Amino acid sequence: MNDQLKDLTAKVASGLMTRREFVGRAAALGVTAAVANSMLAGRAQADAHEAPKRGGMMRIGSSGGESTNSQDPALVASEAPLNNIRTWGELLVEVDSKGMIENRMAESVEASADAKTWVFKIRKGIPFSNGKDMTPDDVLKTMQRHTNEESKSGALGIMQGISEMKVDGDNFIVELETANADLPYLMADYHLMIQPGGGMDDPGAAIGTGAYTVEIDEPGVRHAFKRRDDYWDADNRGFADEIEQLILNDATARTAALQSGQVHIINRIDPKVASLLDRAPNLRVESVAGRGHYVFIAHVDTAPFDNNDVMLALKYAINREEMVDKILRGYGSVGNDFPINASYPLFDDSIPQREHSIEKAKEHYQKSGHDGSPIILRVADGAFPGAVDAAALFQESAKAAGIPLEIKREPNDGYWSEVWNVQPFCASYWGGRPVQDQMYTTAYLSSADWNDTRWKRPEFDTMLNEAKAELDGAKRTAIYSKMAQMLREEGGVILPMFNDFVAGVSNDIGGWTNDPNGPVMNNLSHVKCWLKNA
Amino acid sequence: MHPILKLVAQRLALGIMLLFAASILIFAGTTMLPGDVAQQILGQSATPQALANLRAELGLNEPALTRYFSWLGGFLQGDLGTALTNGRDIAESLGGRLKNTLFLAFWAAFISVPLAIFLGLLAVRYKDRWPDKLISAVTLTTISIPEFMIGYVLIYWVSIRMGLFSSVAIINDGMSLGEKLNAIAIPVMVLTLVVLAHMMRMTRAAILNVMQSAYIETAELKGMGMLRIIRTHAFPNAIAPIVNVVMLNLAYLVVGVVVVEVVFAYPGMGQYLVDHVAKRDVPVVQACGLIFAAVYIGLNLVADIVSILANPRLRHPK
Repeated sequence: MNDQLKDLTAKVASGLMTRREFVGRAAALGVTAAVANSMLAGRAQADAHEAPKRGGMMRIGSSGGESTNSQDPALVASEAPLNNIRTWGELLVEVDSKGMIENRMAESVEASADAKTWVFKIRKGIPFSNGKDMTPDDVLKTMQRHTNEESKSGALGIMQGISEMKVDGDNFIVELETANADLPYLMADYHLMIQPGGGMDDPGAAIGTGAYTVEIDEPGVRHAFKRRDDYWDADNRGFADEIEQLILNDATARTAALQSGQVHIINRIDPKVASLLDRAPNLRVESVAGRGHYVFIAHVDTAPFDNNDVMLALKYAINREEMVDKILRGYGSVGNDFPINASYPLFDDSIPQREHSIEKAKEHYQKSGHDGSPIILRVADGAFPGAVDAAALFQESAKAAGIPLEIKREPNDGYWSEVWNVQPFCASYWGGRPVQDQMYTTAYLSSADWNDTRWKRPEFDTMLNEAKAELDGAKRTAIYSKMAQMLREEGGVILPMFNDFVAGVSNDIGGWTNDPNGPVMNNLSHVKCWLKNA
Repeated sequence: MHPILKLVAQRLALGIMLLFAASILIFAGTTMLPGDVAQQILGQSATPQALANLRAELGLNEPALTRYFSWLGGFLQGDLGTALTNGRDIAESLGGRLKNTLFLAFWAAFISVPLAIFLGLLAVRYKDRWPDKLISAVTLTTISIPEFMIGYVLIYWVSIRMGLFSSVAIINDGMSLGEKLNAIAIPVMVLTLVVLAHMMRMTRAAILNVMQSAYIETAELKGMGMLRIIRTHAFPNAIAPIVNVVMLNLAYLVVGVVVVEVVFAYPGMGQYLVDHVAKRDVPVVQACGLIFAAVYIGLNLVADIVSILANPRLRHPK
């Protein structure tokens, strides 16, 4: 089915178009009425709001699991342990697939007019799996555990800037040093699972307010979960009686398990096999454009990258279309040298796309007066899937512009500690963040720990803070647009592509929706989907 | 003291010294790798503050020598300690993995060793005729293909196309023996194909070597059948080299099957070790490394003793 037809069928399914209209439009695309109707039937069957079914054992096969994983939410850094904590834990708020805040443990969220004080009203009568009711005090303790002096939490970085947290009756109140209109998005960080007593005594106890409890916990092998009878949101989540997560780090083992029916959902399908796998019976490949992106990053305070003409030469020399074609096999979209795309709220789509241009690359390279010594690009397979091949494509197109790019291959092991954020020019990836503010604050603020391009511009920081405090959407969009253009023209990030999240889903699975926040429905597929044949 | 007992005692003492040396090498090697356990746990998202906090909690600020001796002290008292990464008791998690590794190795050996020796004998019986050539060609082909490739091919044909066995070999204590064997059937096939050639060729070569001897000719002149000559005269004298190569392959089945474990997601020790090396989790790497070293040293010891027992000249030294 081509994209236009897909779009049309989706419109009918969601009630935006009548069947008669659809058949007429499809005919315009050269499809007979009979075929159009049968297509519609198939689509309607798949997408109609069928009632969720309860029961059964859902199995998911995941990469990103190791025998070193723990259930402590603070230490979660990859997909398999994230799938684990999603079963038993819940957050204060979540970001839904449309980019809106969905209240979970919070019943409501309100900000003061200056966006400096945030009040989260906490739901009452929600039991932890240890039988006790969750209280605002548990929320406070959880947030304290992730922010206090001894914290080793992966959320420590995003929790900076909070001046005070307190409990007042049913409310959990956060006071900020500087205004932040996006605070709820920060609270949707997956590390911040609400635990009894904040999980201070036993952070890995896996006790929370989620739909499941942990039955078997063998890190790096398998994890099994059982549904709780007293789950508070049983109408929307937790349909399977049991969930089993098998750790299948090998891509071929994962696809084989899905094909032979041993698991229902797998994450991270290699783009190289995705289109082949989609032809297999009884399953489908689901891809969703996300915010994750692959980058080549240069330190703009180090020669020769401090010369903006060198940067522009490299930016024009890279062939983005070719990379999306050959590295992502079409499962992605071209980047524009700033880390934001249409998946973000407040995105300005009028910023022109940078095109591949050997002439302009040559022109800027000559203007830079670079001495012609090799420019060393460090890369490892682990930087992003296909990074070494992407670097080779980059080298070839740079050569055509007379830029002497030299690839230095680094081992995967130790890449994140020895090369990334240390060496002046290397390959890397970003998973993206729910909002623009968080993405820029994480990696492009002068004082950011992970400012991996050494982008230190006071005027950029000022704009970031202005946008943060601005509650007017149009004004914020304008500020973010200015920042994006500044980064696009002068930044150290060469961003050729945004990658899609590609998952494999058995046709037995009901309730699948595409969620740009993260892979496999933001790692909630096993909690939100159901088994049709349960 | 009986000379054999003395030899075993000597070998054991030497083995223990070797293990000690191995523990130093493993510790030094893991410490020299770039990055430390705190960096590896927190990954790309590590902030300096979080790193410092985690290092302090894990005791990584102690000097390396102090850490080594405190580990050694615990080890000598039978305490393997807890994993730095997830705080689990090492003896407990390692025990389960070791059991799985031995389970897979046992069944692979159970099938491959008798099969290899039988095929070796068959090859000798039909030397230079088509059965000999066929056996050699097939086993040499399978040993030459990388094991993950054999694994993928068997998964595709046996599991996906024929729907016979499971492509995922994850086993657990709740499964019956039948279910476990079903789960490991394909990995056992792969391992058998991988180790067959080595043992088969050595059996064939060792026996052919003996067959050149004068006493075999005598037996032939007495009118004995070929298979009987091989069984009663040639095989006992060829045992030493065969046992040696069998032990080497058994050791491989225990310590060298990490690739197969990955392909089939089998919860054995290899994958467990690799995960912890990647995270620089020194106590776990030490424990795994020592078990692997002990298996190697132990099996070699067994091979030596068997060759001595099989050879009267070594059994009764002058």
